[in-house]
Amino acid sequence: MFQYCADPSSLDGLTWLSCYLTTAKHTAFYVSFGTVLLLLAVTAPAALAMGFLGASAARSRLLPLSVLGKGYIAIVRGVPDIAFFLFFVIALDQGIEYLRHIALCPDWDQPIRQGNDFLVCPAAKAPLGTSPQWVHEVYGFGLAVFTFALVFGAFAANVLFGAMRAVPRAQLETAEAYGMNTRQIFWRILVPQMWVYALPGLSNLWMVLIKATPLLFLLGVEDIVYWARELGGTKTPQFTDYPHGDWRMWYFLFLLVFYLAFTRASEIVLDRVMRRLTRGQATMGGEAQRKAAA
Amino acid sequence: MKKLILTAAVLALSAGMGMAASHGKTIRLGTEGAYPPYNFINDKGEIDGFERELGDELCKRAELTCEWVKNDWDSIIPNLVSGNYDVIIAGMSITAERDQIIDFSQDYYPPTASTFVAKSADADLKGVISAQTSTIQAGYVAESGATLLEFATPEETVAAVRSGEADAVFADWDYLKPIVEASGGELVVAGDPVPLGGGVGLGIRESDKELRDKLDGAITAMKADGSLNTLLKKWFGEETVTY
Repeated sequence: MFQYCADPSSLDGLTWLSCYLTTAKHTAFYVSFGTVLLLLAVTAPAALAMGFLGASAARSRLLPLSVLGKGYIAIVRGVPDIAFFLFFVIALDQGIEYLRHIALCPDWDQPIRQGNDFLVCPAAKAPLGTSPQWVHEVYGFGLAVFTFALVFGAFAANVLFGAMRAVPRAQLETAEAYGMNTRQIFWRILVPQMWVYALPGLSNLWMVLIKATPLLFLLGVEDIVYWARELGGTKTPQFTDYPHGDWRMWYFLFLLVFYLAFTRASEIVLDRVMRRLTRGQATMGGEAQRKAAA
Repeated sequence: MKKLILTAAVLALSAGMGMAASHGKTIRLGTEGAYPPYNFINDKGEIDGFERELGDELCKRAELTCEWVKNDWDSIIPNLVSGNYDVIIAGMSITAERDQIIDFSQDYYPPTASTFVAKSADADLKGVISAQTSTIQAGYVAESGATLLEFATPEETVAAVRSGEADAVFADWDYLKPIVEASGGELVVAGDPVPLGGGVGLGIRESDKELRDKLDGAITAMKADGSLNTLLKKWFGEETVTY
């Protein structure tokens, strides 16, 4: 990156460090922070949407829908995250390929499972074997986002389900008395008021989600944990211009600081959102705000 | 040569756009990227090492378009079998157990010795020995009566010796040699070398006979014209075993 970096072995101190920290490999490390932030930016709304659907289904008056919603919440919440991640991603990948196989290669006569091998016709591979590497990476990232959304959606659904029930029954009955139908009551009375009850649970979930992002590494996405481990490992002079000992501790310490700073920033933002949502609510917080203003 | 950038999808997106899918079949080569000199990630963040050069040359000779993929060691066989990539090229020794699950090409690295490395030459080799999970070395230690301490990456096996957690590490001498040389006397060889495994080969799905034959042919050609020996000497030193 810098001119003087041509011969790192002649450098020392901060100059050496400035070269070391700007290698292409370190750039990949910095970019992986973007991967994690992107995952959060996509997963959080997706999980919230899943949660909303799950909660709405769970409190539905139609029995099959309600069973489906409650079943989803119970199953996903009950299985350990890691087991779910490891199982679900492989199953999802093979499921997609199997469906594509049936649709695209009707005259394929060989069995799909040959011993240990899972073989679908080349046209059914997801992504196609001819696709460039970035397609494979986007696909892998997509699977990861979907799995995250599904897992955290179940927790969000549980939180929202509780929040919907916490809205004072009298409010809904009043709406009924005014002649609103079920849909109107749901969207105009229930949903706007439930957020204040849901937020403590959701903010908790957001914190857990931030801390769960290293699971990306389990799914084969090269995230910050992968690069911290790779960069921190001992480097012998034969294979790098920047030999160093076992620096993993420092890299992991950096990750620790990053996560702490990130969760702290989230806390501050969430506190503000909470204040905003409390305004005018029939809760203790809302009452306190009203008195302070008066 | 298309540049292989294995970073986040965002970065890969910009670089990968240039890769036209004009060719028929792309062969995906899976490697660990943490086992120098066989395979490692260089300062540019690219896969480098003996197997990088070998793999590129084999693909050229077999007239295949190849692409490199990184995968953790402990899931490298399951991911081959489920079709995430087509070839394992990761310093994998040919053993009977692995041969039951996948197929191997002929060896491109002759059978060599594994070595114990410890802080002193008279370390207790029946004590706690660290080795990488699912390697032939881990299997050997488990049978030798010593206490096996397994790690997911080779890096951690050596770190365990440095921290005193393990009495010695047991691994390929080719991997340990640069580390011992760079340690400035902190780490030394302990005990005698142990010949292990049937050489290193490419791992290929059992159903992929055609691909195996193509790559086998390319390895034979490289052995015949001496180019494989040149590569071996370049990466493992002049005194390495050649064909």
